[in-house]
Amino acid sequence: MALVERSTPYYVPWVERIPPQWWAVALLLLIMPAIANDFILFQVFGWTFLLGMIALSLMFLAGYGGMVSLIQMSVAALGGYMVAIFGTSGVESISMGLPWWLYIPVAVVIAAIFGTIVGALAVRTEGIYTIMITLAIASAFFYFTRQNYGIFNGYSGFNLVVPPQLFGVDWRQAVPFYYLSLGCATLSYLAVVYVSRSPFGLALQGVRDNPRRMAALGFNVTAHRIAAYTFASVIAAFGGILLVWQNAQISPGTAGIPAVIDILVIAVVGGVRRPIGPFIGALIYTVLRTFSPDILTGFGMSGERFKLLIGLGFLAVVFFSPDGVLGLWVRWRNRKTRNRDPLTGAVK
Amino acid sequence: MGNFYRRRPIWSLIIAVAVAIVLWMVFAPWPEGLVDTLGRKKIFLNAVFGGITLGALYFLVASGFTLIFGLMRNVNLAHGSLYLLGGYIGYEVSDATGSWLLAFPVVFILVAGLGLVLQNQVFRRMEGEELRQTMVTIGLSVVIADIMLWIWGGQSYTILSPEWLSGPAELPIISTIKSNGEAVYLRYPAVRIAILVAAIVIGLAMWLVLNKSRLGMLIRAGVDDREMLAASGVRIQYVFLAVFAFGAGLAGMAGIVGGTFQSLSPGEDTRFLLASLVVVIVGGMGSIPGAAIGAAVIGLSEQIGLVYAPTYSVVFTFLIMAAVLAFRPQGLLGTVR
Repeated sequence: MALVERSTPYYVPWVERIPPQWWAVALLLLIMPAIANDFILFQVFGWTFLLGMIALSLMFLAGYGGMVSLIQMSVAALGGYMVAIFGTSGVESISMGLPWWLYIPVAVVIAAIFGTIVGALAVRTEGIYTIMITLAIASAFFYFTRQNYGIFNGYSGFNLVVPPQLFGVDWRQAVPFYYLSLGCATLSYLAVVYVSRSPFGLALQGVRDNPRRMAALGFNVTAHRIAAYTFASVIAAFGGILLVWQNAQISPGTAGIPAVIDILVIAVVGGVRRPIGPFIGALIYTVLRTFSPDILTGFGMSGERFKLLIGLGFLAVVFFSPDGVLGLWVRWRNRKTRNRDPLTGAVK
Repeated sequence: MGNFYRRRPIWSLIIAVAVAIVLWMVFAPWPEGLVDTLGRKKIFLNAVFGGITLGALYFLVASGFTLIFGLMRNVNLAHGSLYLLGGYIGYEVSDATGSWLLAFPVVFILVAGLGLVLQNQVFRRMEGEELRQTMVTIGLSVVIADIMLWIWGGQSYTILSPEWLSGPAELPIISTIKSNGEAVYLRYPAVRIAILVAAIVIGLAMWLVLNKSRLGMLIRAGVDDREMLAASGVRIQYVFLAVFAFGAGLAGMAGIVGGTFQSLSPGEDTRFLLASLVVVIVGGMGSIPGAAIGAAVIGLSEQIGLVYAPTYSVVFTFLIMAAVLAFRPQGLLGTVR
């Protein structure tokens, strides 16, 4: 006999638990190829999804683990490099030409190992020190790939790295690549949501909020943090593989300091509280990057000034809303609900 | 420091032996066997002196960074932009007036003024919020870098050193002995010696001010306990402003120095930001002697690495940093708070 009558039952089918807005977004994304042209699909949405995945890995570390790591772009680039090295590329003296079902797992595993090692080093520090150390390691990675000709082919990197011709589809065409990146982004989004609600994810958030208390409760704080780096590295590695397929080439500049900073900008502009934030940030970033030269020349300025635009936008966001665009939206919604009468719901 | 050898006798012995070996390698003519393994003495000496000079430049940039961080816990990731901005302004001034020396006070005042604005308008609004400061200064460095690219373009500039500093100077160090028994002395660019001397003078002056003056006392007290200092009636915001302006001005002057013996181009800002990061991580956050040691270690490893293992010289730097982090996370001279 229940003492309290609940208005809603405990178990709701999962389909009904997802708000209708999400279904609308999902439907819109699925039928996007019917609306948008190939350029939008490939250059805007392709980039959005893969940059969003890399920024999502940063969001996972920063939002749930409290560790702002700037190494994610390097991990992604390492994944891309491994695809070029173990798979096929224009540099036949280095590339091994293994089949796709072998080189993708190998690339992800190697990138995850690298991310874990960096994480093991970085979790010895906290807060701002983590940023500095990961930034320094990321630049070491950049210089190393630029100097090393035996494995990473130095300054020029690898070209002609294309996805495998699977099921008779050329995955570098706009529509297949759109669905490929959409699928990967959705999967990684769901993975992050799932992990954040799993016991591991809850423990990680506990570690973020109060490491000493979690340690006193018997949780291994360091192990949780390092495991978070491993999980984030896997997502970043998949993003990096998509990145190298999108570009069809990879070079040290892919993980240069500006690119590393861009990932931070994307995650912060979108908001690091929720997994959807990085994708919003990536969409804003990609749209700005793609169309700002046209807009700037329209205003009579040089099209090269788009970095200035991005930088100023980033400055405005971090200055006025530390939790990104999502934070702005949440605040706006709260203000709207605050103006309502709590009993009747009428607008005052 | 005085009873260091009593507390750590073995380490003292190792350090003494290392110093003796280095001194011998610098001053004595080399025997044949050593020349065979390491190459000519001149190359080695040039690498060592180049490393120390580069370390001096790194020290000029990093000491301001570490002072600002140590006192205010302000993370100024736009420090490299201040360096590059100082270099560009110095180039314009020395190009317009023809005076290299005049560029220093002008740049110091201008960049220190920018530092005042930064501290007063940006950092004071977000005191104690390290992550937000990091983000904002990263944003600032992106914006400043793009504005500088707009004004000065992508080409690289070199500031001409004045007449009395150009050309080589002869040092009282024997590089080789000719077959007729005549000693050949090492020649080294005079401007680099001037940089080294200037860095040592500035370092000593900073040490003196920090340890022997009333202002230094305030700063050290602020590093140890900011709230208590403010509670005892010191207008700590003025101390903050002074330190921030000084650190920024120092970075700007380092820009002139760097523009004279290297070059100025876009990307140098991140290079020097990273160098200062590594230097203060190795040396210990907030410690001026630590910054000096860290700068010397990083400069030497970079230059010696460049001579003996040119491909991976940059990676050495980061290996040193990783080793320091793994075994002494607070840095060589850092203290645990």
